[in-house]
Amino acid sequence: MALTIEESGRLAGLLAEHAERVVQRWTEVVAASLRGRLSQAELRLQVQELHRSMIEVGAEGLTDVQSERAAEVRAVLAELSRGRARQGFSATETAISIYALKDVLAELADSGDVELRDVIAFNALIDQMGLFTFETYVQTREGLIADQAEQLLELSTPVVKIWDGVVAVPLVGTLDSARAQVVMERLLQTLVDTGSPYAIIDITGVPAVDTQVAQHILKTVVAARLMGADCIISGIRPQIAQTIVALGIEFGDIATKASLADALRHVLRLTGVETARRHARREA
Amino acid sequence: MTAGVDLGPKAQAIGSDEDVVRVRQLVRTVAVAVKLSLVDQTKLVTAASELARNTLIYGGGGNAEVSVVDDGRRRGVRIVFADSGPGIPDLDLALTDGYTTGGGLGLGLSGARRLVDEFDIQTTVGEGTRITVTKWSR
Amino acid sequence: MERVPVLKIGDILLVSIQIDMSDQTAVTLQEDLAERIVATGAHGVIIDITALDIVDSFVGRMLSTIASISKVLDAETVVVGMRPAVAITLVELGLSLNGIRTALNVERGMELIAATREDDLGVDEAEGAESGSAATSA
Repeated sequence: MALTIEESGRLAGLLAEHAERVVQRWTEVVAASLRGRLSQAELRLQVQELHRSMIEVGAEGLTDVQSERAAEVRAVLAELSRGRARQGFSATETAISIYALKDVLAELADSGDVELRDVIAFNALIDQMGLFTFETYVQTREGLIADQAEQLLELSTPVVKIWDGVVAVPLVGTLDSARAQVVMERLLQTLVDTGSPYAIIDITGVPAVDTQVAQHILKTVVAARLMGADCIISGIRPQIAQTIVALGIEFGDIATKASLADALRHVLRLTGVETARRHARREA
Repeated sequence: MTAGVDLGPKAQAIGSDEDVVRVRQLVRTVAVAVKLSLVDQTKLVTAASELARNTLIYGGGGNAEVSVVDDGRRRGVRIVFADSGPGIPDLDLALTDGYTTGGGLGLGLSGARRLVDEFDIQTTVGEGTRITVTKWSR
Repeated sequence: MERVPVLKIGDILLVSIQIDMSDQTAVTLQEDLAERIVATGAHGVIIDITALDIVDSFVGRMLSTIASISKVLDAETVVVGMRPAVAITLVELGLSLNGIRTALNVERGMELIAATREDDLGVDEAEGAESGSAATSA
C-alpha cells in the first residue's frame, strides 16, 4: 500500500487547495519535456483530468493505484498512456507526464505548503502511477505491433485462382511458423471455396527453407490430399534443393516443378490427358 | 469479459458414449467463448474427444472439468480428465504413436498431446489417471 | 441413439453425416452401410462430412473400415467435404486415412466414382464415354 487513508486525504486536500498553481506548473514541466510536440492547451486538459481524478479518488482514499477505488485514476492514466503510445512518444516521455507532479510537490514543499514526510509518501504513489502508465504504454505498443504483423500477414499471402480448378500461392519472403500456418489455412479454404482440386505452391520468392518450413509445406500438402486436392510445389531454387536433401527432408511422392509455368503445364496435362483419352474413345 | 457467457469451471461426468459427445460440445462452447481460432478450436475439441474416450475405455469412466485460464497476456481453455481406473504402467510406451491396448489406432494420447499447447499426465497404477491439457489463444 | 440415414441415388449410396456422432452411432452406420451395399448392389459410397467439425481417431478408423468393407463388396468409397480445420487437425493428430479416397464435394466425389467404374468396365460402356474420366489409373 502506498498511502494511508489520512495521507491520501491530505494529498487530495493539497491538490484541491493549490489547484491552479499545481495544474499550471505540472503542465509547464510536461510541456518542457515534450518540447512542444503537444500543444499547451491539450496538455493542460490532460493534466486537469488527472488532477481532478486524483482529488476525487483521493478524498475517499487513493491508497493504492491497483485498488478497486482507484479505477477512475487508472482509466485516466491508461487513456493518457495509450494516446502517447499511439502518437509515437517514447516510454520516458510518457512517464514524465506523471513524474512531473513530483517536481511540483517539491516546489510546494520549498514554499512550506506541504510537509516533507508527506512528499515522500506521495512520491511512492506517484511512482506507482508512473509504473502503471508504463505498463499500459507497453501493452498499447505490443498491440500496435501485433496489428501490424497481422496486416503484413494479410498482405503477404495472396491465394489466386490461375485456371479453372487450379489455385496458386506465390510465397514471397521469409516463412516463419505463424505465417506458414496462415498460408496453409487460407490455401485450404480457397480450395473449398473455389472447388479447385489442384493447388500450386510457388516458393521462388522464399530465400531459405529450414526443417520447420518444409514441415509446414508438407503438412499443407497432406491436409489438401485429405480434402481431395493435389498440391504441386514449384520454384525450388538450387540452394533450397540442396538444403532439403542435406536436412534429409522427404518430399515423398509430392510433385515438384522448376517453375510456376511448369507446374501449371503439369496440371493442365493431367486434365489434358483426360480430354485426349475421351476423344480417342469417341473416335473408337 | 464476454457478456452473457458463464466462464466458470464446468464439469461433465464421463460414463457413456453419449457423455463423450457432451464433453466435445462443452469444450467447443468454452473454446468459442474464449475466441480460439477455428483451427485451434478444432484441435482442442479433437484432443478432448480422444482423451474423454480414453477416460471411458481405459479408466472405466471418470469426469472432465473445463475451465477458462488467463496468464495475464492471453486466455486459454484448460481441461482436466480424471479417472480412478487401473492407471498406466508404462507411460512412455502409452505415449508412443501406434501403441494401443484397447484395439484403437494408438493415437489417442500421443495425438492429443500434439494438438494442445500444454499436456500433463499423472498416473498411479491401481489408483487412476489425471490428464491436464491447455490450449492458449494466439 | 441417433441414426445416420443412408440414401440411394442411382447405384451410389450417399451418407451425409449431420450430427455429432457417438461412437455407437458410428459403429451402427458402419454396419448399416455394409448391409445396404449388399442389399442395393451399389457400386459407390459417398460419405459427406461437410457438417462434421471434428474427425477424431475413432471416426477416422470408421471411415477406413467402411472403405475397406465396401472394397471387398465391390463398391468404391469416397469421403467428401472435409473442412480445412479438420484436415489440418488430422495431419497433426497423425491420422493419414490410408486407403480412403477423398474429393472436395459431393459432385466431384460422384465424378471420381464414375471414372473409376468406367476404367474398370472398359471403353465399351456407352455411359462412360459421356461422363468423362479422371486419370485414376495413372
